[in-house]
Amino acid sequence: MTIDLLIQGGQMAVVLLLAPLLTGFVRKIKARLLRRRGPSVIQPYRDLLRLLRKEAVLADNASWLFRAAPYLIFATTWVAAALVPTFATGLLFSWTADLIAIIALLGSARFFLALAGMDVGTSFGGIGASRETMIASLAEPAMIMIVFTLALVAGSTQLSTVSAHMTLPAVGLRVSLGLAAIALVMVAIAENARIPVDNPATHLELTMVHEAMVLEYSGRHLAMIEIAASLKLLLYVALIAAVFVPWGLAGPGEGLDRHALGLAAFVAKLAVGGVLLALFETAIAKMRVFRVPEFMGAALMLGLLGTLLLFVSRSL
Amino acid sequence: MTVIVALWCVAVLLGTAILATAVARRPYGRTFVYGVSLIASAAALIAAVTHLLTGGTLAPSVTLPVGLPWLGSHFRVDALTAFFQAVVNLGGGAASFYGLGYGRHEAAPQRVLPFFPAFLAGMNLVLLADDAFTFLLSWEFMSLASWALVMAHHGERDNARAGYVYLVMASFGTLVLVLAFGLMAGPDGGYGFGSIRAAAHAPGVAALVLVLMLGGAGSKAGLVPLHVWLPLAHPAAPSHVSALMSGVMTKVAIYGFVRVVFDLMGPSDWWWGVPVMAAGTVTAVLGILSATMERDIKRLLAFSTIENVGIIFVGLGLALAFQGNAMNLAAALALTAALLHVLNHTLFKSLLFFGAGAVQTATGERDLECLGGLIHRMPQTSFAFLVGCVAIAALPPLNGFVSEWLIFQAILQSPQFPQWGLKIMAPAVGALLAMSAALAAACFVRLFGIAFLGRPRSAAAAAAQEVDLPSRSIMIALAGLCLLAGVLPGLAIDSLAGVTQSMVGAKLSEQATIAWLSVVPIGESRSTYNGLLVFLFIAASTAVSALVIYRLGPRTIRRAPAWDCGFPDPSPATQYTAGSFAQPLRRVFGGLAFGASERVDMPAPGDTRAARLTVTMHDRFWEWLYTPLTQVVSLVSGTLNHLQFLTIRRYLTLVFIALVALLLVLALWP
Repeated sequence: MTIDLLIQGGQMAVVLLLAPLLTGFVRKIKARLLRRRGPSVIQPYRDLLRLLRKEAVLADNASWLFRAAPYLIFATTWVAAALVPTFATGLLFSWTADLIAIIALLGSARFFLALAGMDVGTSFGGIGASRETMIASLAEPAMIMIVFTLALVAGSTQLSTVSAHMTLPAVGLRVSLGLAAIALVMVAIAENARIPVDNPATHLELTMVHEAMVLEYSGRHLAMIEIAASLKLLLYVALIAAVFVPWGLAGPGEGLDRHALGLAAFVAKLAVGGVLLALFETAIAKMRVFRVPEFMGAALMLGLLGTLLLFVSRSL
Repeated sequence: MTVIVALWCVAVLLGTAILATAVARRPYGRTFVYGVSLIASAAALIAAVTHLLTGGTLAPSVTLPVGLPWLGSHFRVDALTAFFQAVVNLGGGAASFYGLGYGRHEAAPQRVLPFFPAFLAGMNLVLLADDAFTFLLSWEFMSLASWALVMAHHGERDNARAGYVYLVMASFGTLVLVLAFGLMAGPDGGYGFGSIRAAAHAPGVAALVLVLMLGGAGSKAGLVPLHVWLPLAHPAAPSHVSALMSGVMTKVAIYGFVRVVFDLMGPSDWWWGVPVMAAGTVTAVLGILSATMERDIKRLLAFSTIENVGIIFVGLGLALAFQGNAMNLAAALALTAALLHVLNHTLFKSLLFFGAGAVQTATGERDLECLGGLIHRMPQTSFAFLVGCVAIAALPPLNGFVSEWLIFQAILQSPQFPQWGLKIMAPAVGALLAMSAALAAACFVRLFGIAFLGRPRSAAAAAAQEVDLPSRSIMIALAGLCLLAGVLPGLAIDSLAGVTQSMVGAKLSEQATIAWLSVVPIGESRSTYNGLLVFLFIAASTAVSALVIYRLGPRTIRRAPAWDCGFPDPSPATQYTAGSFAQPLRRVFGGLAFGASERVDMPAPGDTRAARLTVTMHDRFWEWLYTPLTQVVSLVSGTLNHLQFLTIRRYLTLVFIALVALLLVLALWP
């Protein structure tokens, strides 16, 4: 019980500590791909510490919601990230929420972020909130189709069970899983406000979604939101890894060496995911906001196709 | 026992309604009427909950010597009735409590007070009825009482039209129900529910009854395309009555559907689920899309009711499909999910309508474009309203999420359907349901963000005052119930076991005994959710992070003008508006759903005329269904009108022709 609790605590610490590193790593790779030196990979930690030390400037008419939202957003994202298998499956509290509930927890974070964007009453916050909710309303159906495909293959929406099932040789290579993987990557890109849906580096107001919502934040509040964004990126990479490349995950009750191996595997997966993300973002241009529905529609269609292919292949 | 208590409560409510006509204008009239309604609702609620928790003995029906002389009126309480009674009286009690404070602002109390308890009594009677005649009579009584409440503010613009449309739709619904019960009773006229249940129904008749019930109960609940009266009538009534109509009366309609289709018609064919699911899905998506475009708070909430009714019907359709395939456990899961959503929707929709009433009291405005910044002036109302918004947007750890999660779990059982049509339909329904949940989040971010956040958009909003104590306390209490139902859903699920056992012949495993109070619908390895732990984790993480940051970092806060990229503008008109918030969604979905189009009228260079953006949206149901229908009706009545002005000679000729025609029919009838 104590060991289980420690492992669960370890997972919470690991996701929290690695999240800024992943963000810094992606930035570094992107800079290198553009033949820039780029900031150090630990720059996000420095930024967070700097923000935490600064005083917070609040707009005159900001309400209590504006001050509470960063903590709520951080807490919900952190809880969601702690429930995705990173280096081990079958954690003490992994049955608290299944995949649908994890997605919905991220939805709660988004709800408060969008509200915070509207609190001060500037047009930027509004534009960000309105676009964010529009993108979410397109991403969620695609996500449900992916969940559906996974549940069809693994017979569960419980992430630990799914990743344990995916290591079985009986699963093998399936076209449906490939389609679901592509769809999940597309959803992840949209949810994390990455290129081509949104640009995390821009402050050009007409193209931004996520940055527009947090424009009024400063100091410790901004730090909480930044770390929540990093956590969300890590969560999605961990999710894709846990479902589609579940190798190296330590099972419940296994020794510490297995857990150390799992941790090493997780860091390696994060590195590969970060490089792929940076490559993809460098190779592609941001699309207009009203092209996003087509992008997400493609993800939805891929998810649906995955489900249908499974049905067809089962009955043949 | 329960039925006796319930009937006494109804009698007290009816007596109050009659007394209210005398005391309505007195200063104590309001306290008297709402106080007695509150006590009666509370008594009925306690009786119903006791019945649910103890399992209740299935007593034979009580017969009262009123109604048809050879039939009498039969009343009975079983698990299904007890559950809906609990829902109705919970909503009714909350509305009565709210009315204690809110009713003070009523200009013409004599138009509200007598009908309010009558409406409550009518809804209770529908649930208690155990024969078709009593059911229909109570149903019609409920419709008429609510119609009178819709017409309470008859002087306001559009309310007369709302009342008229409601009356027509209610009559249509009752007409269809009469046909349905007539078909079920058969030529021998066995109108008691017991004899209908015992009779065998031919498949054709059963199918026809299903369609009629979709029309009859669906028109009252707000299924597309019979939903058009809801956004007109629900907002027209005083806010606590709107809460009753939206949060409670739609549930009575759903009760009617469940009672007839699941209980009286017996085991179903698998295809029954298809039209029910299809209607539910279309209703959910169109309802929430309309809500997202709406700028009147109460109309928005009414449209959102339509969405939630759609979600409930999806659950019911799934249950029918599972039941038709003898997958009773899955059917029990789907039915539990639908009924849990019934309870949850009553909680948060009542809360939200009370909040809308508070906003209307404080500002005199229902238009979102005239509100803003209320969180500063109405902190308690806005907190409760925020909880309601999170709950209705199906976000964990509140209650709306639990029931939608259960519906998704039921949908995930669909690969076991033997029929290909159902197999392919269920994932599509799931995707659309996920879309409507995300759209609900968008809709309620917009509602809360525009009305309560930002800067006030009108002088009235800037001068708003927090509302009276009873209104605030009932809103906070409902918010607490939303949280409670979200973190401890197992209690509600367990109390539904008796209902699903009697309706679909299976029940979910007992949830209260599961470790940590998790919800495990099918099996531990399949899917689990623990609202309590999610809530505790979020609370703990929030507290820890806030504590750490306050300990380590500087606690200073500096107030400054908004940054707004360096160009803050003090005019509140520079904020995002309800219309601009909805614009991306309108562009993405509006073309298909509303035929929305935007036209920009840009003046030529040098022209000083202002540029104009015109948005046109169409209500397709009015244009394609109701307008042609009314045109046909007025055409026919216009043509037949001159029959009124004939000479006596012609009338006699007509009578003679009719007589001959009838005799011919009789002679030729095989």
